[in-house]
Amino acid sequence: MTVKLSIDGKPVSVAEGTTLMEAARKIDVDTPVICYHEATTSEGLCRQCVVEVDGWRVLAPACVTPVSQDMHVHTDSERVQHARRTILEMLNATVDLSQAPDLQIQMDDYQADRQRFPNAQVRDAQVLDDNPFYVRDYEKCVMCWRCVQACGDDLQFTYSLSTGGRGYESKISTFFDAPMPETTCVFCGNCVAVCPSNALVSKTEFFMDQGLNYDQIRQEKRKQRKQMPRK
Amino acid sequence: MLLPALLEAQNRYNHISKEHASLIGKALRVPLADVTGVIEFYTLLFDKPTAETIIRVCDSPACSLAGSAESVDALTAQLNTTPNQATPDGQFFVESVPCLGMCEHAPAALRGEEPVSQATADKATSLISGDAEAPQGIIYGDERPLTARCGVVVPTSLEDYLEHDGFAGLHNVLAKSPEDVIADIKTAGLMGRGGAAFPTGIKWEGAANALDDTKYIVCNADESEPGTFKDRVILEEDPFSVLEGMLTAAYTISAKKGYIFIRGEYPRAQRIFEQVIAAAYEQNYLGKDIQGVEGFDFDLEMRSGAGAYICGEETALFEAIEGKRGFPRIKPPFPTTHGLFNKPTAINNVETLANVSLLMRIGPDQYRQYGTEGSPGPRLFCLSGDVVKPGVYEVTEKTTLRELIYEQAGGLVGKAELQAILFGGAAGNFITPAQLDLPLTFEDTRAAQLSLGSGVVMIFNGTRDIRQALVELGHFFAHESCGKCYPCQLGTQRQLEILERVNHGAALPGDLERLNDVGWTMTDASLCGLGQTAATAVLSAMEHWPELFEEITVSPN
Ligand SMILES: Cc1cc2nc3c(=O)[nH]c(=O)nc-3n(C[C@H](O)[C@H](O)[C@H](O)COP(=O)(O)O)c2cc1C
Ligand code: SF4
Ligand code: SF4
Ligand code: FES
Ligand code: FES
Repeated sequence: MTVKLSIDGKPVSVAEGTTLMEAARKIDVDTPVICYHEATTSEGLCRQCVVEVDGWRVLAPACVTPVSQDMHVHTDSERVQHARRTILEMLNATVDLSQAPDLQIQMDDYQADRQRFPNAQVRDAQVLDDNPFYVRDYEKCVMCWRCVQACGDDLQFTYSLSTGGRGYESKISTFFDAPMPETTCVFCGNCVAVCPSNALVSKTEFFMDQGLNYDQIRQEKRKQRKQMPRK
Repeated sequence: MLLPALLEAQNRYNHISKEHASLIGKALRVPLADVTGVIEFYTLLFDKPTAETIIRVCDSPACSLAGSAESVDALTAQLNTTPNQATPDGQFFVESVPCLGMCEHAPAALRGEEPVSQATADKATSLISGDAEAPQGIIYGDERPLTARCGVVVPTSLEDYLEHDGFAGLHNVLAKSPEDVIADIKTAGLMGRGGAAFPTGIKWEGAANALDDTKYIVCNADESEPGTFKDRVILEEDPFSVLEGMLTAAYTISAKKGYIFIRGEYPRAQRIFEQVIAAAYEQNYLGKDIQGVEGFDFDLEMRSGAGAYICGEETALFEAIEGKRGFPRIKPPFPTTHGLFNKPTAINNVETLANVSLLMRIGPDQYRQYGTEGSPGPRLFCLSGDVVKPGVYEVTEKTTLRELIYEQAGGLVGKAELQAILFGGAAGNFITPAQLDLPLTFEDTRAAQLSLGSGVVMIFNGTRDIRQALVELGHFFAHESCGKCYPCQLGTQRQLEILERVNHGAALPGDLERLNDVGWTMTDASLCGLGQTAATAVLSAMEHWPELFEEITVSPN
């Protein structure tokens, strides 16, 4: 069955079950995203993709909201912009987005004030360098859940990571904070591949940032691999 | 079964060690990382040793007004410890916690598994020794059709229940078709009492029509909205009426299995309900071919919450029963088709189910004699704060706030002047004396852009600083946000930070606007009802008393 709706005043016809985000793309309208990724399950976390629907009490996250007949959707209304700008400002006051280029662009697009929330408590964390393959710097983590999903049901089925904490203290956890080599991790790198903010970086990149050359990196990684506990 | 296993370990060993967590995860085939994720989510679970007895003192507004902060000081001073720190002998651990659902007995506390009323600082000694007073339900109302049995029957006695009109509604139900039961509930106009006021008839019809052999009935007894304690009183004093409502629901939608999810901070209600379930099995009110009706089989299990307000949200509650972190799900799909274990589910509030039993006993026409045209049936309100007679009020006819507070509840303590009312719950609005003539109906509150919520009426006299209450509410939402979606995960914290500045008289230029932006972003863009209402009280206070938010008494150094 096809569903007819309008997006920013333009008529659109799509199949039932299509999301608002997919429908908007049909007419070349893009909604900004933070948590969305093709390879992982959309959970509607970041709400950066929200749009306004006539008659709805609250905004709708375009990545998970299915189209319905005669819906009138506004992807860039005042309310939408307000929410997106404030989400970015609140997030920037919480974590280090310096290595999340896409979010830097979004902050410029929505004229987010990078100092909007003075004296805000930041989510600080120690850099976790506990294996030869990747480094975890959760001060940069935006809690998009993609690494957990990639490690679990969406890609690898290894389940070494879980969402942890609660509320503002949300975080990515391993079993009783175990270092990665002591978990079920198989170092497939899927989590690193889907991380949007460089909270997870490969060792190669990490060493390159520290100024090591190709040979030094190889040697360093070899040394670390040898120290790994055997499973 | 993950949550019951973890709660059991917590109760036996006062925390969950890595070894025990590992054993539990392996036995239940749950990934170990997920076990940690679950432990970290629920506040009644600890991964480090606590103490023999945990003393929890409520720090939500009604108890704060009654001096709960001083109680904590007195307790920790006597025990020579600090909050969240075990005494050296490992005997006690004192913790400040959000509303314990005993606001009519403020300040409320929980000593291990025992509820304690009026836990004021001067009673710290008896609170520590375990000789403190346990709270009793206090119910008022001229006519009390819904709560008639409360305080009259032995709550765990099925015989007593039968002698007091018990199961009369169910016997009427069993003589009807499920369609006719739904028709009766629709005629009665019953609306859910859990906060959203959703029509129960439509909900049950949806679940009845869902095509699936497996369906569930769930009773939402997670009551954790600050200021709300009506469900606790029903659970403790007339629990069979809730069971009867669940049986009616099971018969109507053809569910064979049900759960009652009672918050972990209601150990007494849990003990009572365990006995109720056992008695019901004994007398064939649960089990197979119930009351001789062939094929009417229904099993009921009690589950305990583990410390998370969000698990009152229906889909988060399903996740908790399924042994996961209590994250709300994206809706649609709705529970009537995709609920517990992804099966069609009818989930209802405690008071709603008690109303079902009443209405099926007296019939929809008689039921509509109570309440108003737009708000049929009796309805419970929870009065707390600076009022002479705090307690549960059963309202059966059109009543204004003024009548409720001044005629029925004796007005304010010491004849003080009224400053504000927190109306509907922590997720509700502050209202002012100018709104006292508001009738307590769905239609009138909706017209005034307010919500009855869970029936909270929390009263603040003229000497109270509303900013202090706002910080407590802000703290509550920051503490209880599940963290799933950004607006609420981040916004509840930003809101709290600003409210703390405001309360200290150290607001920064632009804070009013910041608070407004954060508030509207949470309201507009959050995933679930928690975030969508986390700023309601704050925004209403900003509207009534903008000057409170700009007063600067401390120099910003
Ligand atoms: C954050 C949050 C907390 C809630 N807590 C409760 C609760 O403790 N008890 C309850 O019955 N409903 C609670 N609800 C409402 C439930 O989601 C649901 O609407 C209700 O259980 C349905 O029952 P009813 O139709 O009988 O009211 C809560 C909702 C939200 C968003
Ligand atoms: S570590 Fe990266 S992928 Fe994982 S939740 Fe954080 S930002 Fe997302
Ligand atoms: S609104 Fe708050 S409680 Fe609800 S899903 Fe979002 S973070 Fe969780
Ligand atoms: S992209 Fe839609 S909620 Fe994150
Ligand atoms: S028990 Fe303290 S406010 Fe409810």
